[in-house]
Amino acid sequence: MDSGFMHQLLQQLINGLSLGSIYALIALGYTMIYGILKLINFAHGDIYMVGAYIGYVCTTIFHLPFLPSLLIAMAGSAVVGMIIERIAYRPMRNAPRIAILITAIGVSFFLENGMILLASPQPRTFSSEFSASVYHMGGLVINSQQIIILISTVVLMLALTYIVNRTKMGKAMRAVSFDADAARLMGINIDRVIGMTFALGSALAAAGGVLVGVYYNSIDPLMGMAPGIKAFVAAVLGGIGIIPGAMVGGIILGIVEALVSGFISSTFRDAAAFAILILILLYKPQGLFGKNVREKV
Amino acid sequence: MVRTKRILSVLTAGLILTAAISGCGGSKGSSDTIKLGGNLEMTGGSASYGISSRNGIELALREVNAKGGVNGKKVTLVVADNKSEATEATNAMQKLISQDKVVGVIGPNLSSAVIASTAVSSAARTADISPMGTNPKVTVDDHGKVKPYNFRACFIDPFQGTVMADFALNTLKVRRAAIMIDNSSDYAKGLAQFFREKFEAGGGTIVGEEMYLQKDTDFKATLTKLRDANPDFLYIPGYYQEVGLIIRQAKELGLNVAMAGGDGWDSQKLAEIALPENLNNCYFSSLYSPDDTSKLNKEFVESYQKEYKQKPDVFAALAYDSAKLFIKAMEDAKSADPGKIAEALAQVSGFTGVSGSIKFDGSHNPIKAAVIIELKNGRQTFRTKVNP
Repeated sequence: MDSGFMHQLLQQLINGLSLGSIYALIALGYTMIYGILKLINFAHGDIYMVGAYIGYVCTTIFHLPFLPSLLIAMAGSAVVGMIIERIAYRPMRNAPRIAILITAIGVSFFLENGMILLASPQPRTFSSEFSASVYHMGGLVINSQQIIILISTVVLMLALTYIVNRTKMGKAMRAVSFDADAARLMGINIDRVIGMTFALGSALAAAGGVLVGVYYNSIDPLMGMAPGIKAFVAAVLGGIGIIPGAMVGGIILGIVEALVSGFISSTFRDAAAFAILILILLYKPQGLFGKNVREKV
Repeated sequence: MVRTKRILSVLTAGLILTAAISGCGGSKGSSDTIKLGGNLEMTGGSASYGISSRNGIELALREVNAKGGVNGKKVTLVVADNKSEATEATNAMQKLISQDKVVGVIGPNLSSAVIASTAVSSAARTADISPMGTNPKVTVDDHGKVKPYNFRACFIDPFQGTVMADFALNTLKVRRAAIMIDNSSDYAKGLAQFFREKFEAGGGTIVGEEMYLQKDTDFKATLTKLRDANPDFLYIPGYYQEVGLIIRQAKELGLNVAMAGGDGWDSQKLAEIALPENLNNCYFSSLYSPDDTSKLNKEFVESYQKEYKQKPDVFAALAYDSAKLFIKAMEDAKSADPGKIAEALAQVSGFTGVSGSIKFDGSHNPIKAAVIIELKNGRQTFRTKVNP
């Protein structure tokens, strides 16, 4: 193993880590909503897009600094997430699972085409105030935005872990996820808990959207499609419904994609992501972090 | 490269009116005038293409008529709106040929519209020149047979790859090229293939070739790999959205080599996405540049600006050349008979238009020069013209 190889390997790990953090942020929302409602929210990738556009409006039109923009985008998307849950999913709460799934796809189309109508399909660019400074460390290239992405992701994940494990709302969420009917009997307001879950998941996706917008400097109304699906793979990889699983799954997926692009061929990058999905479903359907639970009949 | 654009409906409505008026003027019909048809996108998603083309043709005809016309007769333009649609283009072609009795037709610009309407012009044995129909099937049918009455003023897409390979080898003097191909676009794959063939034939080496898909945003892994292959040139024949991201990420990774692509780069958005400071030592090939330094083009740009208060775009320039090609064919044939015009077009030689000299090959594709546009701090500047 020569140093050229090690050097490329390290660089690819850096590339993969920043990509994987974004997948992880989106995957967290998927996994939380699945955990509580058993619903694959296919509109989740589009919430990420909505977040990116709110961030765009804040930074590029109102010239707000990065942090307030990030927080406004998170809050705005949380509201959008709650409204979607209230209007589209709540009336379907007792409908067959497939009907809710189709509703989610409908919501996804609605958000994508609504944004095309509102903002035109042309890609938009964030103002260049956020352009990156690039650091060279022993031949490795790290960009300041990659560092921001990593730090933001870690902070948000810690905050989420705190909310879920240490607060009353988090306790309620875990209770509803474990057994919704029993939770209701214990006096937990299920609607509020579900609304809160959507708000949290949407806020995380929005953070991912703003970070991506600043990092790649290009957003468009269909930007959520591919990352949405990749994040879904990440959530399944880690074990859907399990929060640490989504974090690890996202990062593994990002790194695998970078390594496949770098050492095999960019043509196989997406194939690798979906091959992981197939392998996991075949051999460990409960995911890396999942416990093998038998369905009660 | 044909991409649809939106245009304000108010503007469009105004221009229908203009088109209608100019259409009325042309339909008087007397033996002293020769009528040319314009099957153009006056409304619909690509209205800007048709409007520019009409401006270009009218300018050409005005110049010709000011010098006494062709074979002693004035030439007028009859425009039929094809609404940027293939079916309407067929109707428009029918109307121009059977009702207006035009001797030749210019347009449509959209490949799909040209392909649909060529059946009509072929059946009526009337020559048609499409200014911007880049699809190979515009001039050859499904069996690869040349359509005898159909021509185009633009080169087909893949030719840009050949031109860029020439420019890279002979002007930039690079020898180790890497290619990044948009795998979801036939346009990009065609350019890449022709580039590769020409570059290798000219003594260059392709050190790496990688694929991406439209809407991809992260290219760092692929670029890291390409960087380590040590290229001195990066060819990215895609569209501006992904190309902008690729250039920016490549520069961040320290891949400071010359980069180039095709006319898919031609957008203001490229500089916004890639950031202007990253767009140096970058080149793209195109059909036409208003900054071309030829005398003919300078005169054209000047009179176009005087007439229409804007710079001519590629659609205006190629429509202008199409009209001039018809005039040249009529002069060569010494006749305004549609059949003779078509024969003369196929034989045209010694014709120079604002987009360079044009003559047709066996498939009715023009053999003509391409322009290379250089980006300097994100600004497009005319670099050179590359002859085939």
